[in-house]
Amino acid sequence: MAVKEVSIGDIGSRAAQADEEFGGDKMLINMGPSHPATHGVLRLKVELDGETVTKCDPVVGYLHRGDEKIAENMTYNQFVPYTDRLDYIGPIHNNVTFALAVERLANLEVPPRCQAIRVLCCELARLQSHLLGCGVYGMDTGALTVFMYTFTQREKLYTLMEQLTGARFTTSYTRIGGLMRDVPDGWLGNVRKVIDEMEPVIDEIDKLLSRNRIFYDRTVGVGVISKEDAVAYGLTGPNLRASGVALDLRKDKPYLGYGQYDFDVPIGTTGDSYDRWLVRLEEMRQSIGIIRQAIDKMPDGPFYAEDAKKIFAPPKSKILTSMEELIQNFMIVTEGPQMPVGEVYFEAENPKGALGFYIVSKGGGVPYRMKIRSPSFCNLSILSKMVPGHMVADIPVILGSLDFVLGECDR
Amino acid sequence: MSETDFTTALRERFPGVTERPSLDLAAYDCPHGELQDILRYLRDDAGFDMLMDVTAIDAYEESPRFTVVYHLFSTARREYVRIATPCEDDAEPRAPSVADLWPAADWHERETYDMFGITFTGHPDLRRILMWDGYPYFPLRKEFPLAGHEVDLPAPDVAERTGAKVLPAPMMGGPFHSPQKGPMSRREPRADDESWTETREKDAAQALPDGPRDFKHSDT
Repeated sequence: MAVKEVSIGDIGSRAAQADEEFGGDKMLINMGPSHPATHGVLRLKVELDGETVTKCDPVVGYLHRGDEKIAENMTYNQFVPYTDRLDYIGPIHNNVTFALAVERLANLEVPPRCQAIRVLCCELARLQSHLLGCGVYGMDTGALTVFMYTFTQREKLYTLMEQLTGARFTTSYTRIGGLMRDVPDGWLGNVRKVIDEMEPVIDEIDKLLSRNRIFYDRTVGVGVISKEDAVAYGLTGPNLRASGVALDLRKDKPYLGYGQYDFDVPIGTTGDSYDRWLVRLEEMRQSIGIIRQAIDKMPDGPFYAEDAKKIFAPPKSKILTSMEELIQNFMIVTEGPQMPVGEVYFEAENPKGALGFYIVSKGGGVPYRMKIRSPSFCNLSILSKMVPGHMVADIPVILGSLDFVLGECDR
Repeated sequence: MSETDFTTALRERFPGVTERPSLDLAAYDCPHGELQDILRYLRDDAGFDMLMDVTAIDAYEESPRFTVVYHLFSTARREYVRIATPCEDDAEPRAPSVADLWPAADWHERETYDMFGITFTGHPDLRRILMWDGYPYFPLRKEFPLAGHEVDLPAPDVAERTGAKVLPAPMMGGPFHSPQKGPMSRREPRADDESWTETREKDAAQALPDGPRDFKHSDT
């Protein structure tokens, strides 16, 4: 039997040839805009080498409604309902952030009771947003049960919102210089009851997933964002803090009297998807602490700035009985709250990150230009950098851990 | 370095920088030629390591028409600064890109290009981000009407089969507001376009006259 001699060099060249022949082309796949793991209408153009992502190009804008253009065409109070539709997971926080931005333009400080109610609203919104964020994050990693737990709790928050504002979802609760109305009787007690029930559930969710082997394996070391990258890409909120940057505007640029509340800012160590989960869980516990303090310390007094005659409409009983108040109300409704000439930029710590409003005013009740700095938009811009190198199955995990909302991203 | 320190240092280094009227933050106007150097200085030496926001303002009938506005934040000192720079050329505005300084600027500049048509020279991949590729207008320019313009569908094959177009928005339902200028008799709150009704669809030829809202209301 003849033996065929094969030289080493020959094998090498054949192997190279085989690589070329069987290496295969890169495949371009399209995730979204209608895909359950993309949490809305995000579309990813993903280039794959086998199962490994080599390039990722996020396409946003499917939910673009031109909110900034709309804002230039209406009075400040008329724009409040549009802010509900930015981050529609925790809508009442957008109302508060917008009102704060316009009040900064007017150089107006609202009374302590109004501030405390707004703090309550903000933290309830944070709970709403993180409950949903953690629930769907669990679903994205295959843990369906957590979603049932979180949504049951979220439902109770809807009920609280309904009692407070009359609407479960699109709250439109703030007005420039105050609120739509004071809190109803007994509402603070209801809030306390709900958060008392919620606290053990958060521990339960923690126990369900944080030490769950499957969840752990799927999230640890996946989607790592370094400190430097997080800052360079302008990430904010829990995503930034999970990367180890202790930046929380509630602590660093206190508004609404956040300085008088005692709470911690949780930060991560590695910036991976698992850290982002832990940070959100801990933020919920801190929010519950802030809500307790706000209820305990709830000051009495007016719920709107009484001296701001050209900004906040007087109470209905006075409008119907007094000429001056009637005129005041008419002017605010028709011409909008009167603002000085100038420009301001205000950011608040929304559940998703720093929501900013840049308002350029030429006086009167309508902004000349209003830019909305959306945290989800900035948080998503890092995708093209962080996704390549991961497997396709990691994409839902990364998207779930970033917790974005497209209504705010696309505006 | 406190706020006053970096202000004096910035002024000494870049004599072209002037103070910009602002109601809250430290704000500066700077010539667009020096923009990149100024922002690099602010990032590396003054500690403003985060680019929070990039946007633009359309001054419409003034010149320079477009101004690009940057908001920077210092994670160490927890303070903001606003830098504004006028764009070259009112018809085809241009500004230098800072995407090489902050990767965050990539999407922000794409959005500003998309909305205002400002070309950021040196941007690695300047294309539309919120509107679709090939959209013919820049919606946040003041002459663009709130209702929008009629344009072709982004997908030509669907357009061919259905004959559908992207139509201006019906404005009959509002927003209702009063114009800020003009005599009291014309300041009654009204919708921007009262020609449109449920039964009478908007006619493309009757589309809103161009221009900012304040000039839109006629005597009728």
